[in-house]
Amino acid sequence: MAIAVSRPKLNIAEKLYLPAIFSGLVITIKHFLKTLGGQAPVTMQYPEQRWDKELPEHYRGAPTLVKDEWGRERCVACQLCEFICPPRAITIHPEEIPPTDKFAKVEKRPKEFEIDMIRCIYCGLCQEVCPEQAIFLRKDYSIVGLTRDEMKHDKHKLYELGGVMPGVVNKWNDKK
Amino acid sequence: MDPFWFLVLTSLAKTLVLLGIILGLVSYTVLAERKVSAFIQDRVGPNRTGPLGLVQPVADALKLLLKENFIPAHVNKFYYYIAPKLSMIPPILVLAVLPFGSSLFGVPMVIADINIGVLFVFAVTSLGVYGVVLAGWASNSKFPFLGGIRSSSQMISYELSMGLSVIPVFLIIGTLNLPDIVDYQRQHGWLIAPFWPQGLGWQQFASFDVPAIVAAFAAGISLERFLLWIPLVISFFVFVVAVFAETNRMPFDLPEAEQELVGGYHTEYSGMGFALFFLGEYAAMIAGSGIIVTLFLGGWSLPLVPDGSAEGWMGVFWGLVNIGTFFAKVSALLFFMIWVRWTLPRFRYDQLMKLGWYFFFELALANIFIAALVLMIFNQRQPA
Repeated sequence: MAIAVSRPKLNIAEKLYLPAIFSGLVITIKHFLKTLGGQAPVTMQYPEQRWDKELPEHYRGAPTLVKDEWGRERCVACQLCEFICPPRAITIHPEEIPPTDKFAKVEKRPKEFEIDMIRCIYCGLCQEVCPEQAIFLRKDYSIVGLTRDEMKHDKHKLYELGGVMPGVVNKWNDKK
Repeated sequence: MDPFWFLVLTSLAKTLVLLGIILGLVSYTVLAERKVSAFIQDRVGPNRTGPLGLVQPVADALKLLLKENFIPAHVNKFYYYIAPKLSMIPPILVLAVLPFGSSLFGVPMVIADINIGVLFVFAVTSLGVYGVVLAGWASNSKFPFLGGIRSSSQMISYELSMGLSVIPVFLIIGTLNLPDIVDYQRQHGWLIAPFWPQGLGWQQFASFDVPAIVAAFAAGISLERFLLWIPLVISFFVFVVAVFAETNRMPFDLPEAEQELVGGYHTEYSGMGFALFFLGEYAAMIAGSGIIVTLFLGGWSLPLVPDGSAEGWMGVFWGLVNIGTFFAKVSALLFFMIWVRWTLPRFRYDQLMKLGWYFFFELALANIFIAALVLMIFNQRQPA
């Protein structure tokens, strides 16, 4: 059904537009002078000024691998993160830990752990699914590179970004 | 020196210097546009290139020069090439007749002092539409085509009110020669407020004879001048709006209308072709401001400031002050244009046509008769 919308009756000042134009000009010049005087809140000058300190605790930056307080890499190469990763950014090649190793009882570790940061969508599912608390989304957000290869974070790079994080998963402690 | 060669050489020098000033002003108007728009929107604007971003125009120019001039396969090559040049040339030609200063070393600061100055300005500015129309047509693509059509109808509509709106000025002053128009305004006050008592100079002010000064000002105010003021203010208003429409500025920037037409008539242009359209638009703004300043805002004159006719270095100093005054006024008007652009929304196409044909055309036409009536009642035409 057609609905007739009645147009508002304009008075002569509104029909002339001029008062409206004038008040608009006043508004814009106020903003202009305010910004010129340095009083208006303006954009942060990004590379020099950063918001790093104000980042919230739950901020989801680049995913990283962490070691526990004894220097053991916590990843056991179960590949759950690889399977849940929606954009399939994670590639894991597991290997057996040699018997001579200090942590031989853990049996398995990643030989290669690669996250393609061009694919990563920072969703945090890998962190959520990890039974070992081995992968965490840290606060690094400015991940840049000049080539596609540079944007692939390998195991070394991931541990470098992740560092050490003490955790509550202690089931391996008595097997060390 | 032989007067002929003197004329040729001084004209050449003036042309080159003015062209340099104008091109510099064009690039810095672009920067001003970006800065002012940023400030109005509570942003910072370009601030990386040099201190406060002041070298940004150089970076822009370099970028545009180095960019590939991509030419689509479907264009009409000849007209596609020629269109950007056609939009750049007219605004620069207009500058030839604008008096941008009084005189320096006895040389009048206008390149071509011709008696039909205003007619020349109208003739040349109306050519500006060819660049836009040819670009829209030669691009052989729908968005530029729509932009070109809009531009031609818009410019034709507003040219009428533009031409008609200045006729009261000529009725009052009685000349088309732009330097003479400025001279008249020096003696009688700017046409936007024509109450300056004739012959009042700084000598009277220096004497501190207050009653005499007040009496002189009172002599400048008469009923006739008040009545003539009405058509002049209407003229000024219509002319400024028409200049906005002629230069495709907001709120009349329908030929570009990037939200509807991608980029309007220059959608298919890249590199220097686009740069020429861009510079042409800003040069047209400067030329338009120059015409407004010359016709209504007293040109290079300021009350109490002498011209450059004095002997020696004082004459040179005041000559330079006059040139500075002209460009200061032009810059103020450019700021106003930018300010308006970032304030007003765009007119709808039918509103634009309606405004041009139903309102401004009639207003300008009636205005001529108001001015003529006032002049007839007081039965005198001031000598030029």
